[in-house]
Amino acid sequence: MERIDVLKTYKLFIGGQFPRTESGRYYKVFNSKDETIANACLASRKDFKDAVVSARKAFETWQGKTAFNRSQIIYRIAEILEGRKDQFISELMQQATSRRQAQLEVNAAIDRCIYYAGWCDKYQQIFSSVNPVSTPHFNFSVPEPMGVVSIIAPEDSALLGLLSIILPCIAGGNTCVVLSSYQKPLCAISLAEVFATSDVPGGVVNILTGSSSELHSHMSSHMDVNAVVYCRENFEELRNIQANSATNVKRNFHWHRKWSKQEAADPYLILDLQETKTTWHPIENIGASGGKY
Amino acid sequence: MKTKSTNWNLSPAPESTEHISIKERYELFIAGEFVKPTKRKYFESINPATEEKLTELALADKADVIKAVKAARNAYETVWRKMAPNERGKYIYRLARMIQERAREFAIIESLDGGKPIRESRDIDIPLAANHLFYHAGWVDKLSFAFPNKKIEPIGVVGQIIPWNFPLLMAAWKLAPALACGNTVVLKPAETTSITAMKLAELIQEAGFPPGVVNIITGDGTVGAEIVKHNDIDKIAFTGSTAVGKWIQKEIAGTQKKLTLELGGKGANIIFDDAPIDQAVEGIVNAIFFNQGHVCCAGSRLFVQENIADLLLKKLKKRMNTLIVGNPLDKNTDVGAINSKAQFDKINSYLKIGLKEGAEMYQAVGTLPKKGFYCKPTLFLNTAQSHRIVQEEIFGPVLAIQTFRTIEEVIEKANNIPYGLSAGVWTDKGSKIFNMTQRLRAGVVWANTFNKFDPASPFGGYKESGFGREGGIQGLAPYLKIS
Repeated sequence: MERIDVLKTYKLFIGGQFPRTESGRYYKVFNSKDETIANACLASRKDFKDAVVSARKAFETWQGKTAFNRSQIIYRIAEILEGRKDQFISELMQQATSRRQAQLEVNAAIDRCIYYAGWCDKYQQIFSSVNPVSTPHFNFSVPEPMGVVSIIAPEDSALLGLLSIILPCIAGGNTCVVLSSYQKPLCAISLAEVFATSDVPGGVVNILTGSSSELHSHMSSHMDVNAVVYCRENFEELRNIQANSATNVKRNFHWHRKWSKQEAADPYLILDLQETKTTWHPIENIGASGGKY
Repeated sequence: MKTKSTNWNLSPAPESTEHISIKERYELFIAGEFVKPTKRKYFESINPATEEKLTELALADKADVIKAVKAARNAYETVWRKMAPNERGKYIYRLARMIQERAREFAIIESLDGGKPIRESRDIDIPLAANHLFYHAGWVDKLSFAFPNKKIEPIGVVGQIIPWNFPLLMAAWKLAPALACGNTVVLKPAETTSITAMKLAELIQEAGFPPGVVNIITGDGTVGAEIVKHNDIDKIAFTGSTAVGKWIQKEIAGTQKKLTLELGGKGANIIFDDAPIDQAVEGIVNAIFFNQGHVCCAGSRLFVQENIADLLLKKLKKRMNTLIVGNPLDKNTDVGAINSKAQFDKINSYLKIGLKEGAEMYQAVGTLPKKGFYCKPTLFLNTAQSHRIVQEEIFGPVLAIQTFRTIEEVIEKANNIPYGLSAGVWTDKGSKIFNMTQRLRAGVVWANTFNKFDPASPFGGYKESGFGREGGIQGLAPYLKIS
């Protein structure tokens, strides 16, 4: 007798949990032959708000971790991905990618994790400065994470593109709420399972599946979001996002690169989502000895 | 020996105004020439300390903005972007030197026009303005070292809109990095304080800058709005209120314009029980009464650890009573005139709001000059997080005071505000300083000091205090295309 396959339910990823959308809505995901391969959650505004609450809660913990520890956790993502290669290749193939392409994409995705894992405890050194002020003060500037970031991930690069956006965001100590590719959401949710099992604290990455036309305005106008990253080419949505950002002076970025290229991996993406903090402290001229021995 | 601290009886020591020159009328500075505004309209600039007219300034309109942008575009395409960087730098160095040469004149005019004490314009505003130009002039041929592995280019034509609290200094903050990075500029100074900007235009002409590299046009907010809306401007740099900043951010949505915003603030100044108390009192005074409190990064919220509150407030009140409020040109003056009638009214309305909200008001003793716009240094005690005088930027010599018990509590309160420009921490314990400076969500944190500025030190805010930095290596990026 033929064995009946167990089909996977694709759910959202919020605060380290896998809830269904509170709205109860779904949409069909098709393969290249127009066959239904999954029912994905059509995330609602309420799901987004819940995700922001989780992301805000996780921010303190995540930014408080040592850079070295963040680095190890992101390296761990690569390790887990490596072990689940076949699953991602098969999902990419379901979503209309050739086997060869899928293999390349999964390999590149793993390598990208390693790349950003390495940056976690280095970008501060590259982008910090000790500033030679003209008064007797010690003055230095360091990058600090912005906070909670809304991300609208690329539509076409379902795994590598998605990771290429999330990694610079979390490597820099931010937490995020990500809207995955609409037509290719499978990898996003499987990736959530990877995050959930790689010591990434719950709430650091939250992943929604759904429609950008419905969610982009909420993702850019929410008052507890510090920055928005938009990775698609719909200029009407981009304009709305930029205008909505003014509600609380959100920083917004339009990242459009060829995510499959090595050049798309770039510490300046980490820097985009950093604030610069400058600290001053007086230097007492003790003894005024002139520094002679 | 017993001294009565409130009665110094100092003889007046006014700065002489003999060797300065203010023209009867200033035109627009476009394409290297001083030209009349299209509509031939002018507005008055008054001395806020005496309410007397100082001069009149051209009121630009849309046609003038178009002219200025055209001049800037032309200068960018034909001269400035092509010039060898070190040559570009020499112009900026030259301008820095010329400001230094005429520093005295600039300082006096700044105090006359803006109401700030001559000591501050002489020792802070003008020298710092020159320093900003000098610092950035040196970057012109070294920019590639600032962005390793990247290709950098200038952006193009930059529109810059600046506030009235540090008129020449803000002009230099804006112009220096823009020019050093190879951009050309249309600058609009604030309506009430445009004289030193027009004097700067004279220096720019005298320095021989290619026509159109810097254009300075005067007028009210509508002129600024026209600059923001102009299609051929590649970047807007704005310093001013959060409300206007938000309007600009919204207005340029959907365009390719780059933006930096340096907006309002409500800085928390936090005093722990182990702080050197007399230094802290000086720091509190400097944080809120410097420049009449017309400082976006002013320490306008004071948090005092409960067990030293009584002693500290006693000392603070005593110190406040020694502050001399009066003629900005007098070298003894600590607190000058409020910049304009509009700002004067706004501050007074907040004093009423504070009283209505139930806070207890304390004002320094002493009398104020009969003419001009003056406000006594003011404290509000027993304030709560929810009070408007705690949440909103007053931009005057008004300090809202709260007490706290634990570090957790004070961090929570300090950060619980839409702004994030500055903060201050006073304690003798190093580990506590670093704990605080890391956890305060603000762009500039002063530990055991306050209100210090330097061209090498990046300045700018978190959250609704804006984005982008000015000064230092970090202040270059907003004026470059980096790819």
